[in-house]
Amino acid sequence: MKNKNNINAKYAKFGYIFVIPFVVVFLIFSFWPILYTTAVGFTDLKGLGNTNMHLLKDDIFANFKNVLSSATFQVSIKNTVKMWVLNFIPQVLLALLLASWFTDKRSKVAGEGFFKIIFYMPNIITAATVAILFASLFGYPMGPVNDLMTRFGLNRSGEPINFFLSKGVAQGVVIFIQTWMWYGYTTINIIAGVNGISPEIFESAEVDGATRTQTFFQITLPNIKTIMLFILVTSLIGGLNMFDIPKLLVTNSGPDNATKTTSVFIYDQAFSGSYLYNRAGAASMIMFVIIVILSALLFYLMRDKDEVALKKLAKKQEKMRAAELKAQELLKGV
Amino acid sequence: MLDNKETKIIKIFIYIVCILLTVLSIFPFWIMIVNATRSTNQIQQHAVSLIPSTYLMNNVKIITEKGSFNAMVGFKNSIIISGCSTLCATYFSTLTAYAIVVYDWKLKNAFFSFVMAIMMIPAQVTMIGFYQMVYKIGMTNNLLMLIIPSVAAPSMVFFMRQYMIPSLPLEIVQAARIDGAKEFFTFNVIALPIMKPAIATQAIFTFVSSWNNLFTPMVLLTKSDKYTMPIMVSLLKGDIYKTEYGSIYLGLTLTVLPLIIVYLFLAKYIVAGVALGSVKG
Repeated sequence: MKNKNNINAKYAKFGYIFVIPFVVVFLIFSFWPILYTTAVGFTDLKGLGNTNMHLLKDDIFANFKNVLSSATFQVSIKNTVKMWVLNFIPQVLLALLLASWFTDKRSKVAGEGFFKIIFYMPNIITAATVAILFASLFGYPMGPVNDLMTRFGLNRSGEPINFFLSKGVAQGVVIFIQTWMWYGYTTINIIAGVNGISPEIFESAEVDGATRTQTFFQITLPNIKTIMLFILVTSLIGGLNMFDIPKLLVTNSGPDNATKTTSVFIYDQAFSGSYLYNRAGAASMIMFVIIVILSALLFYLMRDKDEVALKKLAKKQEKMRAAELKAQELLKGV
Repeated sequence: MLDNKETKIIKIFIYIVCILLTVLSIFPFWIMIVNATRSTNQIQQHAVSLIPSTYLMNNVKIITEKGSFNAMVGFKNSIIISGCSTLCATYFSTLTAYAIVVYDWKLKNAFFSFVMAIMMIPAQVTMIGFYQMVYKIGMTNNLLMLIIPSVAAPSMVFFMRQYMIPSLPLEIVQAARIDGAKEFFTFNVIALPIMKPAIATQAIFTFVSSWNNLFTPMVLLTKSDKYTMPIMVSLLKGDIYKTEYGSIYLGLTLTVLPLIIVYLFLAKYIVAGVALGSVKG
């Protein structure tokens, strides 16, 4: 025992040595920028190429107040949340439906592997390319969508439609693209989760005469909670940082800033117009805090209550066992 | 009998939905590729055609002579950044995971909790500070600034640790020590090959996400000879190409085709990798 401890102690220093690159790069390229961004939020830093900053004297929170009361920022938060929610719900419903089909033994779908590959494909394509491709597809006056609508007689007026003049259509296309790009990913994840459930549970459900719907809601869903949480949190963080598609799909965020998300807001504040780094910094920190709070909340809400209870029970038992052992030892001593 | 009939109907419905979704996945790219071979005139008359035309070379000429879109430069820069980032991320993440799995050091558990905590920090919220820092040291157009940060990839460290615990028996490491191998040597020669499958999966995803990244390069790179592929693509929205429909589609095709070809070759592994990531995470 002692010998083993010695060996461990001898090699322990390599543990520290091997994590040095990670720690150093993290400190320089992530940690320092976070501090820097926070600090910038409290200063007067603006103007292209300017790096001299001074802490605000009159009101240290001026940038934060400014951002929070800015109508554009409020609109961008609304847009971000709206576009995320409206893409997440159909995406998850579609993925759950597909996953329930692909994992149901009673109606085995041939070509499952093929469909998975095809459904996931849009996800690996550069989002910037997808945005411009869809901008062209919905092009005016003669984009493919206009062409198809005229050909199939869906457009009664006969005049080509300038889709992105409408706020709803601009947001709708962003939502569609996000759903289209991500439902395959979500489907594959849910299928993996369902395949991880012990098959005996399904078999006994079948023996008990459970219908497809019953099996799905009472067995499948509760058992893939962890995967759903994973999907929800990663999608939320990704969604709150949505940038490529809304930035490139329509010029200048469309009518009434229809597709302006918070990330686009931050980018526009910092890297265009009057280069207001300080306001962008404040906005970044506000988003950071929102993301942390929401993720923590989700983890708390979706935590496995049974598991927590089990862990508590296990701890109690362990304590009791330890107490028992101690008592026995004491008795032996006597 | 009744149940059988019902199953059949459900099955037909399933296939209809799946085929519709397949068309939805392929159709936009098909239009894009076909239109890359058509002239602006043809596209203006009918923007949708399933049959390629003969104006590909003409579009190539337009796109190379007009404007600042340069697929070769974008391709080169993207390959450099994505390739080096992938190497850095996979190598150092495996090394960091190795430190957590193989050695017993005092701060080990604290360090691992820390890795988990920073996993979710998105790049956007640190961008202002990152840009200011890089600008101050005069490295804004230096590709290294897009490569080095990938050394610290917390989610990959997490993944590598999960994979390493069951697949790297500590006895092997001890046996190597008895044979007189140095620790660093053991990692490079014994641990790395064992981790190959995990490294391959993670390498694909790092490469793709680095290749597709628009935000950071767009902030840091201002010189057109440093532009990456996604920035080149964003130029296609510029005024110069506004009336050259065929060449816009060609530009998009040039950026998509390599990805689709690579994807179709590796699709099986990629899909398996997506599933693996969530189960382990």
